[in-house]
Amino acid sequence: MAKDLQTKIAAHDFNFFYGQKQALFDINLSIPERKVTAFIGPSGCGKSTFLRSINRMNDLIEGTRIDGNMIVDGVNVYDKEVDVVTLRRRIGMVFQKSIPFPKSIYENITYGLTLNESRTKAELDEIVESSLRRSALWDEVKDRLNHSALGMSGGQQQRLCIARAIAINPEILLMDEPCSALDPISTAKVEELIEELKDTYTIVLVTHNMQQAGRVSDYTGFFLMGSLIEFDRTRTIFTSPSKKETEDYITGRFG
Amino acid sequence: MQFSASTLPLPKRLLGFFAVLIALTAAVAVVGIILGMVGNFLANGGTHVTWEFLTEFPRNSNTEGGIWPALAGTTLLVMLMTLLGVPVGTATAIYLTEFAKQDSWFARSVRFAVNTLAGVPSIVFGLFGVGFFIQFMGGNIDAAFGTSSFGDGSLLWSSATLAVLTLPVVIVSVEEALRAVPRDLREASLALGATRMQTIIKVVLPNSVTGILTGSILAVGRGAGEVAAILFVGVTYSSEVLPSAVTEKFMHLGYHLFVLSTQSPDVEKTLPLQFATTLVLLGLTFLLNLTAILIRSRLRKR
Repeated sequence: MAKDLQTKIAAHDFNFFYGQKQALFDINLSIPERKVTAFIGPSGCGKSTFLRSINRMNDLIEGTRIDGNMIVDGVNVYDKEVDVVTLRRRIGMVFQKSIPFPKSIYENITYGLTLNESRTKAELDEIVESSLRRSALWDEVKDRLNHSALGMSGGQQQRLCIARAIAINPEILLMDEPCSALDPISTAKVEELIEELKDTYTIVLVTHNMQQAGRVSDYTGFFLMGSLIEFDRTRTIFTSPSKKETEDYITGRFG
Repeated sequence: MQFSASTLPLPKRLLGFFAVLIALTAAVAVVGIILGMVGNFLANGGTHVTWEFLTEFPRNSNTEGGIWPALAGTTLLVMLMTLLGVPVGTATAIYLTEFAKQDSWFARSVRFAVNTLAGVPSIVFGLFGVGFFIQFMGGNIDAAFGTSSFGDGSLLWSSATLAVLTLPVVIVSVEEALRAVPRDLREASLALGATRMQTIIKVVLPNSVTGILTGSILAVGRGAGEVAAILFVGVTYSSEVLPSAVTEKFMHLGYHLFVLSTQSPDVEKTLPLQFATTLVLLGLTFLLNLTAILIRSRLRKR
């Protein structure tokens, strides 16, 4: 990694267990600030598990256990003193399935905002508009902010989820296969969005789609059977990977 | 290639035919029994269900007049029962689905208790009501506050007893409703920095209102028809007035029916009254179920 880049997230000998089954083995990597980092690899390789370990979403699954350190801004997020709610407010997340709350578009955006602090209607209006503008959704929905979010198209719903995540102004945006359920046009819109958002946020993206990793990411990590095989600049990974497994996967010889 | 049914050998086709026939007969029989029952009550008591019958007090040792105090008593009973039981049941269900570790010793014990509770004969609940609510709680309240109205059977203790009896119904249906809320929705809320409690209040509960309502109404349906459990805890066979406080005794449709058919000086004379009372009790249960269905379909549409 280039020296001028600030590390935002770092894993040190990070192991993860579902009960007896180990899902991640001694992961070590540094994710740079304000770049897009993509994780690729075949299904079940642990890339989503790693992503969900960053904002401790795996805590919600019974019987999981970790070992090692996950450092965000110099603090181990698994430290006892870390408040997981505050942590998640700083780390937004977009999931594979677009899951708007069964509320209005407006309420979906303000959901995270009104949890812990009261804001005036004017403030909320402003954040709703800016979040929707930033997720390239404003022009499509500005006349129906009070309609149910469930009436939107799949692509719009996913962009709403992104808008909802950035409304609380996180520093990191985790995206777990955000386009896997979207058509090519919606996918292009989301990718465009990622491109724009990376100036502000550190984006970590899990994707099944290697072309997508190639298109939008600056850094790419290749996971295989719970191990991080290789982590480097995306260009390097796709043109001259140093590990044979990576090359085999990139060239489609397996996976 | 052809896919006609005639390619199946005859015995198999016959088997299939009989299987359908048996299933159909069973289904028709169920409908038939219900129709026959309702038809019988309608034919024998239908003409007696008049406005006067519903709104008048019984007269002449329950052999004449109406069922107003029983109707009102039943309604008050189930209302109070719902107020007492549904919050407790919902809280238990929330604990079991949202907070308890699924295989923990405590969660398993609670589940075991709920399942056992569901199988306990209702008369046992009645005895429990006498021992726990009337003698223990009521007795202690009276002793502590110098009152005398709590240590006896009443609308309050009957409702409490029924609330305990219907608790398994509420817990199980609310639990089901909570589990039906997709995990993704919870995760989406938690990922936005909501606490577990905020997620439950703002996302999980609003999405399971239908289930909670259905559970409550099922409980009400079960409670409204229950007689054995309230025999010893406050129901009375005759009353000149409606209960004016929760510590008073009350009349009940199911118990009234029992009284009419066994305790009346002239059982033959009360036959039409019995049929009519049964019809009202059935109607009330049906109305409650219908309400449940309507609420559910309306909320589902949203």
